[in-house]
Amino acid sequence: MKLIFEESQPGRQGFQVPKSDVPISASVPAKYRRKVDAQWPEVSELEVVRHFTKLSQRNFSIDTQFYPLGSCTMKYNPRFTESLASLPTFANLHPILPQLPDGEQLVQGALQVIYEMEQLLCEMTGMDAYTMQPLAGAHGELTGVMMIAAYHQAKGNKKKYIIVPDSAHGTNPATAAIAGYETISIPSTPQGLMDLNQLKSKINGDVAGLMMTCPNTVGIFETEIDKIAQMIHDVDGLMYYDGANLNAVLGRCRPGDVGFDVMHINTHKTFTTPHGGGGPGAGPVGVRKNLIPYLPISRVVKKSDGAFGLDYNYPHSIGYVASFYGNFGILLRAYAYILMLGKEGLVQTTNHAVLNANYMMHRLKELYELPYDRVCMHECVLSASRQAARGVHALDIAKYLIDQGIHPPTIYFPLTVKEALMIEPTETESKKAMDQFIDVMIQVDRLSQENPEMFSKCPQTMPISRPDEVRAARDLDTNYFLQNSKASASAKKSHLIQSLV
Amino acid sequence: MNPYIANTSSEVDEMLSVVGAKSIDDLFRDLKPEHRPRSFDLPVGKSEQEVVDFIRDLGKKNASDLKLFIGAGYYDHYIPTAVDALASRGEFFTAYTPYQPECSQGTLQALYQFQSCLCTLTGMEVANASLYDGGTALYEAAMMAIRITGRNRIIMDGGVSPIYRKMLRSYTSNLHIEFAETPVVHGQADRRQIADLLNDQTAAVILQNPNFFGAIDDHSDIIETAHQKGILVIESVYPISLGILKTPGEMGVDIVTGEGQSLGLPLNFGGPYLGFMATRKEFIRKMPGRIVGQTVDAEGRRSFVNTLQAREQHIRREKATSNICTNVSLCALRAVIFMSLLGKEGLKQLAQLNLDKAEFTRQTLEKIKGITVKRSSPTFNEFAVCLPCDASKVVGEMVKKGFAAGFPLGRYYPGMENYMIVAVTEKRTKEDILNFAQALKEVCNSG
Repeated sequence: MKLIFEESQPGRQGFQVPKSDVPISASVPAKYRRKVDAQWPEVSELEVVRHFTKLSQRNFSIDTQFYPLGSCTMKYNPRFTESLASLPTFANLHPILPQLPDGEQLVQGALQVIYEMEQLLCEMTGMDAYTMQPLAGAHGELTGVMMIAAYHQAKGNKKKYIIVPDSAHGTNPATAAIAGYETISIPSTPQGLMDLNQLKSKINGDVAGLMMTCPNTVGIFETEIDKIAQMIHDVDGLMYYDGANLNAVLGRCRPGDVGFDVMHINTHKTFTTPHGGGGPGAGPVGVRKNLIPYLPISRVVKKSDGAFGLDYNYPHSIGYVASFYGNFGILLRAYAYILMLGKEGLVQTTNHAVLNANYMMHRLKELYELPYDRVCMHECVLSASRQAARGVHALDIAKYLIDQGIHPPTIYFPLTVKEALMIEPTETESKKAMDQFIDVMIQVDRLSQENPEMFSKCPQTMPISRPDEVRAARDLDTNYFLQNSKASASAKKSHLIQSLV
Repeated sequence: MNPYIANTSSEVDEMLSVVGAKSIDDLFRDLKPEHRPRSFDLPVGKSEQEVVDFIRDLGKKNASDLKLFIGAGYYDHYIPTAVDALASRGEFFTAYTPYQPECSQGTLQALYQFQSCLCTLTGMEVANASLYDGGTALYEAAMMAIRITGRNRIIMDGGVSPIYRKMLRSYTSNLHIEFAETPVVHGQADRRQIADLLNDQTAAVILQNPNFFGAIDDHSDIIETAHQKGILVIESVYPISLGILKTPGEMGVDIVTGEGQSLGLPLNFGGPYLGFMATRKEFIRKMPGRIVGQTVDAEGRRSFVNTLQAREQHIRREKATSNICTNVSLCALRAVIFMSLLGKEGLKQLAQLNLDKAEFTRQTLEKIKGITVKRSSPTFNEFAVCLPCDASKVVGEMVKKGFAAGFPLGRYYPGMENYMIVAVTEKRTKEDILNFAQALKEVCNSG
């Protein structure tokens, strides 16, 4: 398909900028002006609409395909939350308004959404307070670990390490490192749980905390979670709950009740805000009492007269992690979803997510290796090791599924399972959709015996077949204009700078 | 029944029998009694209609109809209708991160085009596929400069948004990073003070153009001085201003970041927004965030993929360039649609219109007795106004007249209590501006 730049014709314009109604033509001195125009495409509005509509048709999406994508929770995104998020009474609200004198009065509706969302999340997770500021799950992790660091600094603790299980999401060790800690990795047992003996041998007084997903990334609830929390607390370490899998335990277990001190929630998973092809997300962070002083500012408070306000007066706060109050448009969607489902509806989502995952696991375990044969939570991890022995690897299966109109499961994650296929059907899929997927997976196993060579050509029905990723990284082409050496302004290069690289 | 669950009760029974469980509760057997919630006291559910009514009513408690003369990095620009129409297609907003390129060419090509539009806008060679927002993008740029130079000192000009400067300090409080800030002089970056602070431990100088006071600048000289000492320069920019202003690329900036909200995103009470980052090709492997690259498939067809993933956390874990997992694809999509609609000429026209309206406002306000407008340096669509009394009181009074009149500087700049920063976009008509001036005159003269 053509690039929009290749559709460009000088003199065309897809949007009419209003004519000036002021009797002035201003200019800035020549030394401050750009010399070469930005080469944005010159196309008509219809051309823009066709181009992006055609692009959209080159995507899989929940609206069009089944996405049993483990750890990502690709469930239906209700339309009414979209329409609420675009209400002008919220969408047109300038974030500086509440910072003006008496400005809180101008945004009472928005502040109420944030405040009530915090209350709801506290009750749901057993935490004592929340910040809505973090802009995504990994941003929440960073906020949480910064608070852990502030806690230890305030107590004069000299801590060096954050413990993570080997099955953790990559964001956990990356976050710990960026917040200034070294990580200690703990291996899993053959049962898929954290190895407590290993943990015991590695815990010491320098441990700042432990980051954990529960249920963990192989979809199993950490049955000894309370013991783990005790061991960490014994060295004045803090327990961080990675909320990636919170959707598995709503109404069944609250992180705050089982020993976690700080946690984040991925609203796009548990509260089905849209993935958007990779963001924007929102990553509210909850804390127990011991960490409240360190929460980011501003904090939304309810005053004695019932009005909502912003409070910046927290001297021990870690400060600003976002420019304002978080990804409000995303939080509003999550808030609407929670209000609609209510207590019972939320418990139902968990129940059916877990039922669906166990159903898939049982139907598939005859043909696919099941590394941990026990009840799973909202997702299960299978291994394509038998098929791989016939030359059909997890990646090949993924590409075959694409040809069948199914988005592949997560593959090669967690790293602890060879040829991993991580499957999460979610509660919004029907038994029929799951049965169709299972039929395809049965077919995959049969074809892996009869015609394993066939897989290497998949997918064949998409706009492209497997792209050359090595070439993409070697002959980097990330900018049309640089590649076509047209208009990229000559970047002055300092020899000194070059020598640093 | 919950409309988002498809299982019927007979299907539930059927599935339970396949699983070999007596009930759904049985599936939670790994949770011991002591793991059960001590409380789960949430409100009962509501119908969609009830929730919609409730939230619409909440929206009415917001003063969303004020005439905005406030910017401070976030601007009230018009959003062409086609942006919403296209970005709200389910194929875009319900798609996953494009890790499977064959079924994600739509998102990937859009992001490649986004990167390209940003590069030509900033005059840089490479850009990433977006970051959370302008503030976090600036923090990521500072960390990137520290990685590239192996040094740990950062110089920040006082013209950089105070919000961003506070964020940078928060993020680095547990790291061994030293900050120095220089106050602006006559509205612009102070060359002499910055030069005095540059030493062999300095990783980067952070600048902003236009700066927080609205002043525009050509930072070429600062950049040259910094480069002589092996120091990188980071500049935060306002995209619409680049329809006119000298680009960071032309000045020789090393890393450009910015808030892309003005490229087709609503104000949204603070988010979601669009952080962006562009740099030189030689630094691309040190850049955080997703990067989309063009390649071919086995048949030689044009293809797009996430490239250089070895920098990222899902591969490199604790050695990654950043802990970022997501970008803000949907916001980047809105921006690339916006940029395509405006095109080369539309951008210039829009920037000129902002410049003209701001100048008209400035000239109109200057005629009011007691009000002076800073003229020490040229501006784009935002400028500092000195009032005869406390600016925050004036802004408070102006709200009663239906205007968000400006950003009072006293909050972040002690000693500047009588100043406010006024922003004027293309959405403010001549009539709005004249009414604004009239209201301001009344407020200032009554006090």
